[in-house]
Amino acid sequence: MLKRCLLLLLFLCLQPSFAWASSTSQPNTHSYTLPNGLELIVKEDHRAPVVTVMVWYRVGSIDEPNGMTGISHMLEHMLFKHTKHLTPGEYTELVARYGGRTNAFTSYEYTGYYQEYEASRLPLALELEAERMANLVIHEDEFYREAKVVHEERRQRTDDNPNALAWEKFSAILRPGTGYAHPVIGWQRDIEGFAPSQAQAWYEQWYAPNNAVVVVAGDVEAEHTAKLVQQYFGALEAKPLPHRPKPQLAPPAGERRLQLKLGVQVPTLLMGWNVPSLATAENEKDFYALLMLAGVLDGGYSARIERHIVREQQLAAGAGASYQGIAREDGLFTISATANPGVSLQTLEAKLLEEINTLAKTPPSQEELERVRAQVLANKVFSQDSVCGQAMELGYYAMANIHWQEAEKFADKLANITPEDVSRVAKQWLIPERSAIAHVQPQVQEEE
Amino acid sequence: MSTSRLSLLLAIALMVSALIGIAMYTNSEVKPTPELEEATVVFPTSLEAIEDHSEAPAMEIQTWRTEAGTKVLFLPTEQLPMVDFRLTFNAGSARDGQLPGLARLTNAMLDQGTQALDVTALAEAFENIGAELSLDSHRDMAVAALTTLTDEPILNKAVDLFTQVLSEPSFPEENLNRLRTRTLQQLKMQQQTPGPQLSRAFQAALFKEHPYGHPAIGTEESLNQIDVQALKRFYHTYYTAANATLAMVGDLDRQQAEAISEQLTASLPQGEAAPELPPAQIQTAEAVHIPFNSSQTHITLGNQVVGREHPDYVPLFVGNHILGGGGFSAILMDEVRQKRGLVYGIYSTISPMAAAAPFTIQLQTANHNKDEALTLTLSLLREFVEKGPTDKQVALAINDLTGSFALGTASNSALVGQLSVIGFYDLPLDYLSELYEALQQVDAQAIQEAFAKHLNPEALVMASIGPEAPKEEILHEQDE
Repeated sequence: MLKRCLLLLLFLCLQPSFAWASSTSQPNTHSYTLPNGLELIVKEDHRAPVVTVMVWYRVGSIDEPNGMTGISHMLEHMLFKHTKHLTPGEYTELVARYGGRTNAFTSYEYTGYYQEYEASRLPLALELEAERMANLVIHEDEFYREAKVVHEERRQRTDDNPNALAWEKFSAILRPGTGYAHPVIGWQRDIEGFAPSQAQAWYEQWYAPNNAVVVVAGDVEAEHTAKLVQQYFGALEAKPLPHRPKPQLAPPAGERRLQLKLGVQVPTLLMGWNVPSLATAENEKDFYALLMLAGVLDGGYSARIERHIVREQQLAAGAGASYQGIAREDGLFTISATANPGVSLQTLEAKLLEEINTLAKTPPSQEELERVRAQVLANKVFSQDSVCGQAMELGYYAMANIHWQEAEKFADKLANITPEDVSRVAKQWLIPERSAIAHVQPQVQEEE
Repeated sequence: MSTSRLSLLLAIALMVSALIGIAMYTNSEVKPTPELEEATVVFPTSLEAIEDHSEAPAMEIQTWRTEAGTKVLFLPTEQLPMVDFRLTFNAGSARDGQLPGLARLTNAMLDQGTQALDVTALAEAFENIGAELSLDSHRDMAVAALTTLTDEPILNKAVDLFTQVLSEPSFPEENLNRLRTRTLQQLKMQQQTPGPQLSRAFQAALFKEHPYGHPAIGTEESLNQIDVQALKRFYHTYYTAANATLAMVGDLDRQQAEAISEQLTASLPQGEAAPELPPAQIQTAEAVHIPFNSSQTHITLGNQVVGREHPDYVPLFVGNHILGGGGFSAILMDEVRQKRGLVYGIYSTISPMAAAAPFTIQLQTANHNKDEALTLTLSLLREFVEKGPTDKQVALAINDLTGSFALGTASNSALVGQLSVIGFYDLPLDYLSELYEALQQVDAQAIQEAFAKHLNPEALVMASIGPEAPKEEILHEQDE
């Protein structure tokens, strides 16, 4: 249960083709901006006496310069340690004392912290987050001990998992020349070289009310919540933030290929295309059409990849497509698959590309589009079942600078997408010059 | 419907999970009052404004038995126009018999075609109305679940389709062959990372010949022996109305709920409830190691304790929370991670099952730290069993556990999970309130006595994986 909220986030990141859809028409969502620039979004949901409080900072691994990769994540760990008014252990003890759960996450574009409680604990949650926003204390010995923990985390997540390692290496060519090319957890050499002063500088640069969004969801009253946020965060001072250029669509990076021999037992194919996001699309319609394209390819067990590649041709044991169009910078369209015995990655790749080419030539049926929409509409309701999930969504949009009111229109706008639109974006964007493809093969051939 | 597919994509999902670095922190150092930085500042100031108590969850669970003999647990929640159905059959891998993987494959085959619809037509029919079917198989339970909107035509259609899945699966041979191939590929993928291999070795060492001892996914040999006849036999034996429990949570009235419970169970196979499993035995000390080329050594250790039916379960439950279960405020996390940086994660768990209740500790550490981390972990366990927790640790754990009850019952999906467990394990309908009350009665002495009585730290089963085994004598070394 502890990790459920994080699993929801992972789902949002993995399945953005549906994640966006679960935003819903809510008269019970309210947003505020404090004079110091802090944004607050409150989602009232009175079904159960619980509350989720999150603080999202607009800083993630894409902001990290060379030599400091992973510092956002390292700093996230330090926020559970020492602050001006809390010695190490007191934060987690207070959360436990009041029956709460807490955790945090770092991604390419954001760092987020959350607490979940019985609803009356709202003021405590806010006060603790205000303390962490302004009063972090980094001690040298604690920092170096924690760097060891992060090193263990990297071993566990990446170094001992060949698929994770493959993804890390693939990511380095997927969006070359951008902050997405290094891993969120950081290169090992950087983790080994971390200094407390780097984390301190990173904190001072980015942890400020005008670079943060507070999201509160649950059995709370919006106006009252806004007053509490003003009470605890109102005195914090805005900081000058580094200039961030306006996001714009990158020109094609050229066709990229990677051959990897790693400790996998099952050959794996990774494909990605650099495509517009909602933030960088010159034509907003492309965003919705790409979402629909991902839905037609992989929006369920009856969608094309499952049906054609996995079931009819039996080329892959598993395969999936996804479009990450909610992003601070460019979007990404990915397809990945694990090959069945006797199927070469060349064949698997060719057949998956054939699915795309077919769609580029022949628009999908109206029925397929309707099926994607039906799932989107049902998900709008299902996603309201989780208070934590609703808070996650609101924060996720905010980090991509998408207003929640805009997100509410997604489902309606998707309804305007025609089969021809889907065909057009497949033809226009999923092209070789915008693609990166990795073949991940076992290190040792099974047959000598 | 997507679960089986997602489970296969897990390996792919894992690589994307590098997107998210999760901090898991804890420190159980209990300080009576926050340190005062300045004489006049008391932090946090908000404590005066918040409730210091929590309440037992009030769940008015309704229950009845369908004509076919299925026990039903129902909780109406009307705020959202949706409903969750969760059918659990006493048909998990413990019922595999001589064919490991049979229970899991039978479960996975339910959505691969019915008498009326082939696999794709069935998937389209669910997806056309946005209904979500999910299938899952554990050691005790086989699960078939449905989440759907409750608008009348959609609800009726979804329930009709769900009934077909439950009552008229056709088990097409070509689909069995495809799922078999997929499972064999999953088996290979399990060889890529330490975790699944370790888990399999530990289960085997802890349960030996017991029905919980073999891998639920199956083996290469057993998977190749499973045919359509075996699936059908398993289905007709274990997917019976008498062997099922139905949990329902959502926007239905009692009349609708009763009608749907009848419809879902009327055409299930006829048969008996599955016989009770033999109780798992406490094992003598044993260490197994799997050589593997990884940068970390993973270690799991434990033995049988007692489950929910035993009066000592609640003290064990609270004790486990203090020792290593309460992630953020547990002794093991504090000492092994927080104070020494030896691990990213270390947890202890008690898993009450139908015929066993294993207590386990799991940790992963850099190869060169394996002996130090294991020695420390064992000495912490020994000290805990010998001396028990402090009163402050107990008070904090009780606050944490009782205070978070509201979170465990806050959504339809959480509730349907609770109802399922209550129904499947024959717990009283007010189990959660009973547990809530019982938690508050636990003290340090009860915890120490329960641990001393049920867990011998000198007789643990240990499995490890990594380039080299930890020194075995650590297991038997008496702490000072």
